[in-house]
Amino acid sequence: MVTRGFFSGRKPPTDADARIPPGQYLEQGFPVLSAGPTPRVRTEDWSFTLKHGPRPIKKWNWTEFNALPLTKMTRDIHCVTAWTKFDTAWQGVLVDDILAGAGIEPPTAFTLALSFDGYTTNVPTKDVTAGKAMVALLYEGKPITPDHGGPARLLVPHLYFWKSAKWLNGLQFTERDEPGFWELRGYHIYGDPWREQRYAGDP
Amino acid sequence: MSDGPAAQSPWQTVTITGIEKRTPRVTSFFLQPSRSFAYRAGQHVDVRLTAPDGYQARRSYSIASAPESGETIELAIEKLDDGEVSPFFHEIAAVGDEVELRGPLGGHFVWSDSDGGPLLLVGGGSGVVPLMAMIRHRAARKSAVPAALVFSARVWDEVIFRDELIGLDDRRDGFDLVLTLTREAARRPVDYSRRVDAAMMVQSMARLPAPPRLAFVCGSNAFVSAAAQALIDAGVPAGLIRTERYGV
Repeated sequence: MVTRGFFSGRKPPTDADARIPPGQYLEQGFPVLSAGPTPRVRTEDWSFTLKHGPRPIKKWNWTEFNALPLTKMTRDIHCVTAWTKFDTAWQGVLVDDILAGAGIEPPTAFTLALSFDGYTTNVPTKDVTAGKAMVALLYEGKPITPDHGGPARLLVPHLYFWKSAKWLNGLQFTERDEPGFWELRGYHIYGDPWREQRYAGDP
Repeated sequence: MSDGPAAQSPWQTVTITGIEKRTPRVTSFFLQPSRSFAYRAGQHVDVRLTAPDGYQARRSYSIASAPESGETIELAIEKLDDGEVSPFFHEIAAVGDEVELRGPLGGHFVWSDSDGGPLLLVGGGSGVVPLMAMIRHRAARKSAVPAALVFSARVWDEVIFRDELIGLDDRRDGFDLVLTLTREAARRPVDYSRRVDAAMMVQSMARLPAPPRLAFVCGSNAFVSAAAQALIDAGVPAGLIRTERYGV
């Protein structure tokens, strides 16, 4: 349906077009969204736990976690509120390297990201392994600010950005695909921006 | 929390049935859905505009009306000079025009009378919109839940829904309005003339018969960060605070 009197003044250049998923617009800033107040997690209080169901597999403190191999990842990110930001530059520990650090193979097909504030989000394990996702510790070379999920956030750039949980403190392998915080509140279980899977019921 | 998954509806065409200027920068648009549209106070919708060449722009807007208010829904839209959807509404949209809408959306920043209280609402600028839906819902239900709104605006004439809010405050039915103006002197004895802070939150909470059981904070990111921190400093547990942030 064409809207009377609306014209595409903001249409991005064609070379950028192919990088913007359907229904998204290009954002230069870095908007902040969250369901509650920003937790201030000190690195001396920070820890990261890998779990299989309720059972902890391995736990790292900040220093131990930072000793894992660091990888750089520069990716476009897509928020379900319709902004897309190009070339965000992160550095952190690949989930693959966390698994290697724990000496295990992924034990189940699904993963739940766990945060300090109780936030959770679910992703298939194959979407966070094989170099696809990391626990980010730096943004543009600097510690991630609390607003953007510091000290550490998950980065799963090929899915809508609510999957990239802020204030991460663990990953839990689950037998079933267990819906997380927003997935229980009407958002899509998988969240592929290229298929525009914003809300439950989207194809 | 008991928020169930919202059944998500596809896009629908809605007709603009009314336009009402609220403040110099905020105008309300009343929309008539073509299909039934049941929502909860605090939810938002996505609005989509389509250009003749197929280009589409979509933005999210909170619903200002109460679920009890009848067929039409009210969106109070602030004009952003560098925006692409809000200037369309402010400069072009007319009664009778159609736009596309999807929703209602969001299952977290919502409040129903049955959720109880006391309820503390903190809004900055157009962040008052979803809180207004809660306040109107409370009034429509003749709810006895104690509620207070702390509403920060730059100046008196930018207090969205000002007359309606003052009218609800005057009922003395358990709803209290506290205004704070950041660029003008306070007009009423209970009001402030500064940015929100912990002392203001302590004093505003003292207007409730008991500490809040739920707090909703909405506004720009900078406002929400400051207001949520003020609430925490005033002793409100972080787990009771729900936030919604606009923009960059």
